[in-house]
Amino acid sequence: MGDEEVRLLDKNGLRVDGRRLDELRPLKLEVGLLDKADGSAYIEHGKNKILAAVYGPREAQPRHIALADRAVLRCRYHMAPFSTDERKHPAPSRRELELSKVIREALEPSVMTEYFPRATIDIFIEVLQADAGTRCAGLTAASLALADAGIPMRELVAACAAGKVEGKVALDLSDIEDKKGDADLPVAFMPKSNAICLLQMDGSMTEDEFKQALDIAVDACRKIHEMQREALRQKYFIVKEGNEAEEEVPAAAEVQQ
Amino acid sequence: MAPGELLAEGPYFAGENTYREGTKVFSARIGLADVIGNKIVVMAVKGVYIPRLDDIVIGRVTDIRMSGWQVDICAPYPAMLPMSETPMQRGRDMGRRDLGKIYGVGDLMIAQVIAFDRTRDPLLTTKGRGLGRVTSGRVARITPAKIPRIIGKKGSMITMLKKETDVDIIPGQNGVILAVGRNPDQERIAVEALYMIEREAHTSGLTDRVKAMITERNKGKSVV
Repeated sequence: MGDEEVRLLDKNGLRVDGRRLDELRPLKLEVGLLDKADGSAYIEHGKNKILAAVYGPREAQPRHIALADRAVLRCRYHMAPFSTDERKHPAPSRRELELSKVIREALEPSVMTEYFPRATIDIFIEVLQADAGTRCAGLTAASLALADAGIPMRELVAACAAGKVEGKVALDLSDIEDKKGDADLPVAFMPKSNAICLLQMDGSMTEDEFKQALDIAVDACRKIHEMQREALRQKYFIVKEGNEAEEEVPAAAEVQQ
Repeated sequence: MAPGELLAEGPYFAGENTYREGTKVFSARIGLADVIGNKIVVMAVKGVYIPRLDDIVIGRVTDIRMSGWQVDICAPYPAMLPMSETPMQRGRDMGRRDLGKIYGVGDLMIAQVIAFDRTRDPLLTTKGRGLGRVTSGRVARITPAKIPRIIGKKGSMITMLKKETDVDIIPGQNGVILAVGRNPDQERIAVEALYMIEREAHTSGLTDRVKAMITERNKGKSVV
């Protein structure tokens, strides 16, 4: 069953799921659905379904991990045993440990940890259904959950991957494209600071392809960032009696004592 | 305002929950933006309690130490209530065992923050009027950011609550609110009202709606 048999692009240049090369999978974001967590978010990105929960800032446990000048950020990325085709062993794998670390490091520049010395902020990312690009989707959800927890941040982090299928640069690879494609390039991006906070690659690309892939990934991150803001707006500024966020001055005046 | 949103550009001061980069002021939290003079502030809608000096808080004893109690005040930092800060006769030597007679693990107390600077854990006192052990009542936990709304403009909301429900309401700045009434039904109504305020904190005419709700509940009770 030669790999050559698998065609990832049709004659019109459309992908297996009918997308154009520069098209994102359908994305849905929801904020604040867990009552017990201080902040939470849920993302559906293509067939990915990921839940992120944030606890804290809270007392550092065990105590010796606390830092005197800032909060410790901890992150656990985990895939549910039922999230993949073949049962995944529930114990954290090498890959999950790595992703936990990478996601934590991608979020660290955005969170103002210096406001909570000696405390910890715990992030839990649980992949309920996996379909390639879980680290990016998880990161997007985790950043939203942090904002939902009311933790001071410089800005939201959005993430998206680009890659190469059949020699063409494509945005947001799906599961088969990831497995049979030539390269994958996950990117996390902070639009306001114009800063990349996660960049990984597997497979091979030429320099030009890399630049092109990075460009479309960053553009997609900007779009996702807009959706993150919209998700927060939905939760906090619209539900409340149809008051739009725009009329913030009267509402704010009322909050004052 | 979501974190990272541009609030103002120009000669403004970056107030609470905002930060400045060059000449621009950005939001650092989800909340509602406001301009006070030439200062930009964001009023948080959610967040943890960070102790401040002189705050009245409601806490629960989690441990008895050599010379005092460790108290959970729903902050990232555990608070300490030293024995010397309780209004009791000194002089006799008191051991660990005797400390437990004053406050046991799990006891609730109303206390005041007397020292805190983020490098050290907060210190509490129960010396003062209205401070000390909680013996009865019902507790509501809301996000500390909404405590000002519970109190209302010049205390309008809390005065109304106390009057309408006939329940004494003691708001801890840490988001824990104690309602002490003459009977459990009244307390239940008061707690329901508190959660209603938290849920609808940003709507206008809230005081009147809460009042209407309480009146209705009071009526329902008299029927039964």
